[in-house]
Amino acid sequence: MTALTFALKEIPRQRIDLSPLTPDKLAGKSRKEIELITLQSGTRKIPAAEIFRIKGDDAANIIFTDACDKLDRIGADMTGGRIRIEGDTGAYLAFHTNGGEIILSGNAGAFVASGMKKGIIEVRGNVGDFLAAALPGDQRGMSGGTVIVRGNAGDRAGDHMRRGTLLIEGSAGDYCATRMTAGTIAVLGKVGILPGFAMKRGTLLLRKMPERLPATFNDCGAHTFSFLPMLTQSWQIHGGKLARLPKAKSPMQRYMGDLANNGKGEILIGI
Amino acid sequence: MKINGVEIEDTFAEAFGMRATRVIITAVNLKWAMHAAEAATGFATSVIACGAEAGIERTLKKTETPDGRVGVSILLFSASSKELAKQLERRIGQCVLTSPTSAAFAGMDEGDPIPLGKNLRYFGDGYQSSKLIDGKRYWRIPVMDGEFLCQETTGMVRAIGGGNFLVLAKTQTAALAACEAAIIAMRKLPNVIMPFPGGIVRSGSKVGSKYPTLFASSNDAYCPTIRGITKTELLPDTSCVLEIVIDGLTEADIRLAMRVGMQAVCKLGAKRGIQKITAGNYGGKLGQFHFKLRDIMKAEKQK
Repeated sequence: MTALTFALKEIPRQRIDLSPLTPDKLAGKSRKEIELITLQSGTRKIPAAEIFRIKGDDAANIIFTDACDKLDRIGADMTGGRIRIEGDTGAYLAFHTNGGEIILSGNAGAFVASGMKKGIIEVRGNVGDFLAAALPGDQRGMSGGTVIVRGNAGDRAGDHMRRGTLLIEGSAGDYCATRMTAGTIAVLGKVGILPGFAMKRGTLLLRKMPERLPATFNDCGAHTFSFLPMLTQSWQIHGGKLARLPKAKSPMQRYMGDLANNGKGEILIGI
Repeated sequence: MKINGVEIEDTFAEAFGMRATRVIITAVNLKWAMHAAEAATGFATSVIACGAEAGIERTLKKTETPDGRVGVSILLFSASSKELAKQLERRIGQCVLTSPTSAAFAGMDEGDPIPLGKNLRYFGDGYQSSKLIDGKRYWRIPVMDGEFLCQETTGMVRAIGGGNFLVLAKTQTAALAACEAAIIAMRKLPNVIMPFPGGIVRSGSKVGSKYPTLFASSNDAYCPTIRGITKTELLPDTSCVLEIVIDGLTEADIRLAMRVGMQAVCKLGAKRGIQKITAGNYGGKLGQFHFKLRDIMKAEKQK
């Protein structure tokens, strides 16, 4: 069996919702059936075969090639299997994903891994705003799984995050980890202003002191944490800069807050 | 059967089904890991009155522990899963949580999960937090030297307690030397503990007593100072009997430990005053597991 490959024929004029093309939804379907699946594009419904050249037959292993930023909701609600994307994607990559693996070679738009519950996502480029965040009105953002961003993330990364691990090798924008309820975010580059704003619990690991911390975060001093080497050791398998994090324990500056919102979150600086 | 002049009596040790768990205790150095482990396994010689039987299994190198520090693995046995969970929580809470620099981790993944840090976390009074690492939850409880890191649960398995053998000797010195040699050899084995002080017990007990409130009392048949007025099991010139009790995770673990221990005793032999090895049983009616001494030693003799 060869991977089920969707090669984009041309850059579409309208955005296209690709949520029907996940390993679970395509399992057991013939090539003909897959070609006839209609995809929402603006107000139109277009058969998949009009948008993609389709090859292969292994629905558990899907590849999108020549992908562009008009392709939204790739991997939405998937519960298993593997999706590899060559190129860029639009918004809502891995939206509410509940298992499986997604690897994106390029950049992604806003709301990557929003509402994600399980699985592993690797973005080799940059991602837009609201990475692993909640949709407006939603109570929680990401609630499980692991997201690795090799590039940079936009603003509000980890907003309302409930659980899971968000690893950003580059920099993150303003208001990183806002309203976070639990989970772990690590940013190896810089972060913008006011990280952890309205954070309730959870951990934000930073390499350097941010430009401006909220006034409602209090310094708890420099300490050595025995859980940290275990945590960073568990990231070794992801390779890249994450695999090169120092294994030795060294003191980390701990700030706790947001005291305006329960105040049990922590920002650890010096990873 | 005689090995090096030591008679192996044709009898068996009678052992019971128990529940067991293993916990890994780490600390800044082995001294402090050992302090915590010794305290956690203290007062745990017999379930008759301690609630648990516990002991140190072995020391662990940095590469063998979850947090990369040196540590000690302990085994804890109890008569029921409920009692084991209670004892574990008390012992980790009072003896490991309290010990400087310590951390506690699950020593086994198999079996049913029982709380390790799951309830102890409330000591943090709301300042505790948890981290999920590789699918396992760890609690970080703020304490005065930093944080006590404790895995949420550890595994509980069905195990065996009460494997034993008794050493009859001409003198107390000879019996003690033989049992000490046995313990040194047996402590090298995994999955077993010898829960009594120094691994050796002198107050072997029988079931029941003339006093109705006591469940167990002195094993008079093996007490040398009353030999003249009891139905004694001692040889005419036996003046000391010591026992080694073994708790293990499996039948095979106990068999191996008994063999290694008895080998060490027999090595000293009759010339050093060792007369006989026997075992404690209750007629085979109470315990599910019977460890026949001669069967265990047969393989050794054939060598």
